[in-house]
Order: sequence, then C-alpha cells, then structure tokens
Amino acid sequence: MEKEKIISILEAVMDPEIPVLSIADLGILRDVEISGNDVIITVTPTYSGCPAMEVIRQEIRELLSKNGYPNVKINQVLSPAWTSEWMSASGREKLEAYGIAAPAINHSCTLDGSGTDRPDHCPLCRSRNIELISRFGSTSCKALYRCLDCLEPFDYFKCH
Amino acid sequence: MFSAYLLHLADNALILGHRNSEWTGHGPVLEQDIALSNIALDLIGQSRNLYQLAADQLNALSPDKKPVTEDDLAYLRDATAFKNVVLVEQPNGDWAQTILRQFYFSQFQLLQFGALLRSKEPGLAAISEKSIKEIRYHVKWSSEWVCRLGDGTAESHSRMLNALEALNPLIPELFTAADYELSSASGGQGVDPADLKGNWLKPVNQILETATLPLYIFENKKRSVLSGKNGFHSEHLGYILAEMQFLQRAYPGCTW
Repeated sequence: MEKEKIISILEAVMDPEIPVLSIADLGILRDVEISGNDVIITVTPTYSGCPAMEVIRQEIRELLSKNGYPNVKINQVLSPAWTSEWMSASGREKLEAYGIAAPAINHSCTLDGSGTDRPDHCPLCRSRNIELISRFGSTSCKALYRCLDCLEPFDYFKCH
Repeated sequence: MFSAYLLHLADNALILGHRNSEWTGHGPVLEQDIALSNIALDLIGQSRNLYQLAADQLNALSPDKKPVTEDDLAYLRDATAFKNVVLVEQPNGDWAQTILRQFYFSQFQLLQFGALLRSKEPGLAAISEKSIKEIRYHVKWSSEWVCRLGDGTAESHSRMLNALEALNPLIPELFTAADYELSSASGGQGVDPADLKGNWLKPVNQILETATLPLYIFENKKRSVLSGKNGFHSEHLGYILAEMQFLQRAYPGCTW
C-alpha cells in the first residue's frame, strides 16, 4: 500500500542529533495520510525548542520528493505531548549500542513527575554504579551521567 | 483581549529565554552553561508556539490586513507593546540572581501552565501540555541550585541574600492580574494569577527554608509604578530589544 511505502521511505529520516534513530524510532512521526496528490505528514517535537525539527522537516521533503512525492505537507501537533515512552524497542537498543543510555520506563514520564528518572545502567559496561553529572546535556533530550566503575561519562536520554 | 494574553505569555518566555541565552559561553562551569542554554532553548521554543497561536488569533480578527507572523510579533514590536513581567527582563547579575529569577519564574509558570491545561482554547491547552514537562525540569534544576547556594558557603549565602533583595519586590506583579488576564480567565481560556498565590508560596518557601534563606512574605506595600504586563517596563527591556531586534530592524525581512 501507498501509505506503508511512504512510511518505509521515511525510515531513512534520522534525528540529526542522534543519527542512529529514525523519526519513527523516536516516536515523533505521528501520522502519514494521502489526500489526492498530497502526502500529509504529521510530526510532533520532542522539546518545544528542539532545533532538529527544522532539519527533520527539510529531510522529509527532500526524501519524499526524490521518491516521487513532490507535494508534501507537514503538520506539527503538540498534543498529545511527545513522551520518551513512544520510543520503539528497537530504537532503545540502537540508542544503547550508540553509547546513550535509554530513558527509564516507569512513572516518571507522567505529568506529575513522580518516579525515578535515571538510567538503569552504564551503556558502555552495564554497571549500575552511576552518578549524575548534570541534569542537562549536549541536547535538550539528554542528561549527563558518569559510570563509577568504568569511569566513562555518558549521555542519558531523559525520561520526558 | 485574548491575543494580548497570549502575547503576555509569549513575551515572558521569550525575554527570559533571551536573558538565559546571554550566559551561553559564560557559565561558571561547562555543565551549567549547557543547562541554562537548554532552558533558554525550551523557553524560546515555548514562545514560538505561543506567538504562532497569537498570530493566528490576530489574523482571524483582521482578515483584510496583511497577516502577521510569529517573527513580526517577536522582532517588530517596541518595548511598550511588550507584556512580559518586569522580573524576567532583569539583568542576569551574578549566578545567584540568575538562579533565583529562574526559580521564582519556573515555580510560577508551572502553576500557570498547569491551570491552562484546562483552557477552553485547545491550542493553548496543547502548548501548556507540551511546555509543562519542560518547566517541571526547570523547577527541579533551579530548586537544587537555590539550596546549594543558600546552604553553601558564606559567600554564596550572601549572594543569595542580595538576589532576594533585588528580586523580591518584583514578585507581586506576577499575581496582580492585567485586564486581559481577567477577561481571559472569565472566558475560561486563561487563569487569574491571583488564584495561584498560595500554591506558589508553599513550595517556594519550602525550598527557601531548606536553603536556610529568609522566607518570602507577601506584604501590602504600595504598588510599584512598573507594570510590565501593561507595557510599563524597567529600563532594561529596551536594551534587550535593541540587541534582539537589531538585525530585523536594519535588514527588514532578512532570513537565513
């Protein structure tokens, strides 16, 4: 089907800041619709000010245009707000293999903020002996941790 | 009136975001430089969403005029048209003052956007839902710093006392409703900030107590002549706008 074909083309659109994750892995690709000659793509940002969104939009357009879909409309929705729980299981694995700890899966992604928002283990040596360096990291979606066994600092994809 | 309310919310976020961005490259340590830059990014992102919604509302009101964009609203209004509270336009001062400003504002914004989740305007409810997850993180980060500085060294404690002295007089404005806040609240789209006072004071004073700092007290003093919400700003806003708007004023319509 046309829609599945478009979704599989979009598998190649990566988050420019975490180039091992596709927008589908991240859970920011919300919908694909076909209306006549138009392809309508619905995306949602991870964080309000995420600068990667502009690049992602541009890449969606370029890639679809190359594959024979020149008329692309991109909608942005804010609600329901993106949560790191939408990250796919394969996305979590790719993230860890890339050296970034995957977001905790528990209640901390809910609105009241209850629950523990910390990585389960060091993505490099899998030790659970870790400590927070900074609540903020190299991009909005990450925090910085340190492993007390292998002593390497590492990024943690925050629960959000 | 509702578009004025949206501009007020957007201006708060934009101006504080801009102030925080002034720390980029100048933070006391790299991690905290990055933290404030990230908070700046969240705030500027929130302001974009709010300006876009305000632009939609304004354009719907005047369908015959040339449509305004988020950029017009951010870059082409003068200081008296800005509706941000005076607190957010205050200079960064030292680290203590920057931290306290963020702490006071984030605690307020958390409650304000929490109430706006129930706004009858779906666009504003959606922005609140998105933003509140970010704000919660700002509250956590700034609360930790208030404790660390207040209950830190004699030097950091005295700097926090100076920050309290500088910023405490600007707090009543947060809870004094402008006309557009009242009308938006009665229309079910906005919130009357006076209703948030108690819920703000409790967590703020809990943190101040942990930080061994004097608690905040609402006093019935004469009101300040400044009212950023109504366009009566401190001298500082003009300088921010001069820097922020220079490019668009000098090269109208310039993009990259």
